[in-house]
Amino acid sequence: MTDNFHPSRRRALQCMAFGGAGTLFTLSGGILTPVALAQGAADKVTGVPLFLQISDTHIGFNKEANPDVPGTLKQTIALVNAMKARPALTIHTGDITHLSKAAEFDTANQLLMDLKAGELHTVPGEHDVTDGMGTEYFGRFGKASDNRGYYSFDHQGVHFIGLVNVMNFKPNGLGGFGADQLAWLKADLAARSSSTPIVVFAHMPMWTIQESWGWGTGDAEEALSYLRRFGSVTVLNGHIHQIVQKVEGNITFHTARSTAYPQPQAGQGDGPGPLVVPAGQLQHMLGVTSIRLQKHHLALSDTTLA
Amino acid sequence: MHSLKHAFAYPVAMLLFVASASAADSNTIIIKKFMFNPMDVTVTAGTDVTWENQDGEPHTVVSLTNDFRSQALDEKDKFTHRFDKPGTYKYLCSIHPKMVGTITVVAK
Repeated sequence: MTDNFHPSRRRALQCMAFGGAGTLFTLSGGILTPVALAQGAADKVTGVPLFLQISDTHIGFNKEANPDVPGTLKQTIALVNAMKARPALTIHTGDITHLSKAAEFDTANQLLMDLKAGELHTVPGEHDVTDGMGTEYFGRFGKASDNRGYYSFDHQGVHFIGLVNVMNFKPNGLGGFGADQLAWLKADLAARSSSTPIVVFAHMPMWTIQESWGWGTGDAEEALSYLRRFGSVTVLNGHIHQIVQKVEGNITFHTARSTAYPQPQAGQGDGPGPLVVPAGQLQHMLGVTSIRLQKHHLALSDTTLA
Repeated sequence: MHSLKHAFAYPVAMLLFVASASAADSNTIIIKKFMFNPMDVTVTAGTDVTWENQDGEPHTVVSLTNDFRSQALDEKDKFTHRFDKPGTYKYLCSIHPKMVGTITVVAK
């Protein structure tokens, strides 16, 4: 079960070794180059601060792995607010809450209002829609997408697409988009020039990282087939609470850290649950991703809380 | 899986066992280590079945045919549903769809 990785996936997992504090990932000519950064060096990077990715805030979680999830979200917000050049928009790649409760959404909303990083765009995680219809999520975040959950918008010449892969589960299956959403995506991309930089964000990874844990999206290949003609595609996901990434042609895949708690590496242990780490380690495993536009490339920079 | 095989092999014995000795035990499904245990349960019509989550990660109990649906069950949370109509009810955890189970309801 644990050793069924494709060699390329094993290589992708090794990239996690680069995911320490202040690592900069620069995409240049399709080759991802990790560069270790000294403290504060992120501020010296040239280019336009484009947006921030925050993920898996899990408001409502209160177990041993992190009894103070609102506290670590506040630390994350303080970290972003202290950045010299703050991004003009933020995307939240889901699992805003832990149990989809109204009170959890209210707390999350209240905390995220303090984030001084532009307009907040969201997609739901499976923890946000455990009530089936996603009533609590859509009541608060449905407007942007006319209550479909998936939508697109343009910002500084980049086309952003938010997708939902947590509401179309089949038994024993992975995440899924479903036929309606795929048809919408195809139409949304049809009229765009291949030179338009594309950012796709969805909660669950859009490539299979660990099939037995549901860390993948069953019909992602169909979505990717619409994206391959574009010169620059960045796919940003959450769900697995750790950085895993790979590059395939012009498509860069990257999963973000959580602000709440880490999870085990793929296949290590009973399942994809909260990982309890020694005191003092937690802040090194939580954080955010900021993305800069450097000419025609997007550069991803991951920052931890400590 | 074992209980299902037994149910097919010794249906009468199984029903008698459920009705007499350990009715309470066999109607409780423990959710632990990302599994429904037992995965396959047979009850008589009119029986309450209770799921209890013992994982630190939340799980749900969601019928594939929209017959029942729990809220997200946090650690130690329980969900109970009464099965009145005979039939086969498949369900999954909507957070971890790898987790599946079946309730078979037989007539009284």
